[in-house]
Amino acid sequence: MPKLKVSLLTGRTINQGKGKEQGKLSEEYQNSVSICQMDPEDIKLLKVRENANVKVTTDFGSVIVKAVKSKRAPHSGVVFIPYGPWASVLANPKTHGTGMPSLKGEIAEIEPAITEKVLSLQELLRTCFRR
Amino acid sequence: MPVVSNVTCPVCGSFCDDIEITVKNDVIVKVKNACAMGEAKFLNYASHRQTKPLIRKNGELVEVSLKEAVQKAAEILASAKYPILYGWSNTSCEAIRVGLELAEEVGGVIDNTSTVCHGPSILSIQDIGISSCTLGQLRHRADLIFYWGSNPWSAHPRHIDRYTTFAEGRFQKSAWRGYLSRLTGILSKKRLHRAVNLGLGRQTPSPPETELRLPSTLLQNKRKMIVVDVRKTRSAEIADYFLQVKPNKDYELLQALRMLVRDEELDVDKVTGIPVETLEEIVEIMIGCELGILFFGLGLTMSQGKHRNIDAALSLVRDLNRRTKFLIMPMRGHFNVTGVNVVFTWQTGYPYAVDFSHGYPRYNPGETSVVDILCRGESDAALVVASDPVAHFPNVAAQKLVEKPLVVIDPQVTPTSIMADVVIPSAFVGIEVEGTAYRMDHVPLPLKKVVEPPTTCLSDKEVLQKILGEVRRLRRNHN
Ligand code: SF4
Repeated sequence: MPKLKVSLLTGRTINQGKGKEQGKLSEEYQNSVSICQMDPEDIKLLKVRENANVKVTTDFGSVIVKAVKSKRAPHSGVVFIPYGPWASVLANPKTHGTGMPSLKGEIAEIEPAITEKVLSLQELLRTCFRR
Repeated sequence: MPVVSNVTCPVCGSFCDDIEITVKNDVIVKVKNACAMGEAKFLNYASHRQTKPLIRKNGELVEVSLKEAVQKAAEILASAKYPILYGWSNTSCEAIRVGLELAEEVGGVIDNTSTVCHGPSILSIQDIGISSCTLGQLRHRADLIFYWGSNPWSAHPRHIDRYTTFAEGRFQKSAWRGYLSRLTGILSKKRLHRAVNLGLGRQTPSPPETELRLPSTLLQNKRKMIVVDVRKTRSAEIADYFLQVKPNKDYELLQALRMLVRDEELDVDKVTGIPVETLEEIVEIMIGCELGILFFGLGLTMSQGKHRNIDAALSLVRDLNRRTKFLIMPMRGHFNVTGVNVVFTWQTGYPYAVDFSHGYPRYNPGETSVVDILCRGESDAALVVASDPVAHFPNVAAQKLVEKPLVVIDPQVTPTSIMADVVIPSAFVGIEVEGTAYRMDHVPLPLKKVVEPPTTCLSDKEVLQKILGEVRRLRRNHN
């Protein structure tokens, strides 16, 4: 199966901002942060269609998200996941003595995961925290 | 229907104070002037809401009385050896003040969300100093606006409109018209590109993002905006010029600009892929401006180098001030994250990561900051106020937070409140209760009350006062 090595960025989007104000349990919020914005060329390299599920893995965890075409392309080799519980699974907790974890520019691997599903917020919390 | 005007928006650090709210039967029915994020909050804050306190019993959160929840929260905090008190940037200065008193009383560590956003900026400002100002000054006078590693269009949607490029200032006119004509140009270029591809039946890659020739608008004597970022964000699209920096290469670029500002030679052809000639032209424009401002965001504080990146940015502005007038300001995220640093500092001497375990305040980010404490597994309980670390901390840290007794005070249901052992829902400050908050430029503004809170929800301040009172009673009995 094709696999890509990418640089993972996390950050805000207007939909994440709007979604979080509608409530963290709202569908809008969950849909806005369980995605991975990719360069269309990178989606092609993975041999998947737009909106297919992909698995993103870092040294710290791995998570299934939906691959969406980035409107900010071209930025091949760079993928973007909005702040939220999905991005946090992948985040590097090392603070290098500053108190601040490293949330931008982490190395990640990305591969197709068409048969797997994107977990709902509750399911994700249950798998991460066993509560 | 009553209309409340000049309402402040309790969402982002722009902290707009011109919102108009129409209230009907104590329900907000219309919001004027707010952006999509602000409007979403005012209109939807009450959907997905829990109004009764909860305690986890046999693995399930069950409804209890406020008294019981306060009692339980106080027991957890009073019996902990090294509790964490975290959050605070989405509540009023008045509540934060009580939080600090509580932290001192229980000998815990109190930290706020700046520890995971502009913490590095604060460290750097303590080292280098900052030339800053209020947003009003920029609105009227700034003619060169930089956004570096920050995407205001998405994170602070009205910032450009109210305070910078598109604001109509007394001495600087809005650059809105220039943007409109640029937009038409961009759209037709995109359309043409697509048509050519379609005609030839091929997929050529789009042209590179950073244009090597600077556009003529940058040389004109009017307000202009430059965005530096790793991706072409929405903000970059509306800017006069977009400089694309490779991920984690901001430090190099900043230092290169510093050298050019100081008339030093760069003996390379390119810096992070950008030709030195292009950088020289940009520096020309920086030196030639009347009043420049560099807004920087998490693109600088979170990427490699962290506070060293900010050192370089602050130093660049310091260097620029030898040649012209230049200012710099961090783009603070939550509406009162500036206030939280201010209140922490006036009460304890330090802006975040304050450790009271020795009986007096100690500050050593990297040691007394909450993510580090969690990763080392040192805390034995936590109180989270108006924040959602379970969703936003790296999972490894969030797991440690959830493993130990967790008390949450928050008007919203969040992943953190779902994981908590005690949940005390509070009223929404800025909608249901009053208070004070600081805008990103350190201007304090009042948070208004526009509707009544549910009868079961007190303000964060009142809940904290109750917990503090109960903790004091428990400790007195114990001694
Ligand atoms: S820009 Fe920020 S403060 Fe202003 S209305 Fe939008 S969310 Fe509210």
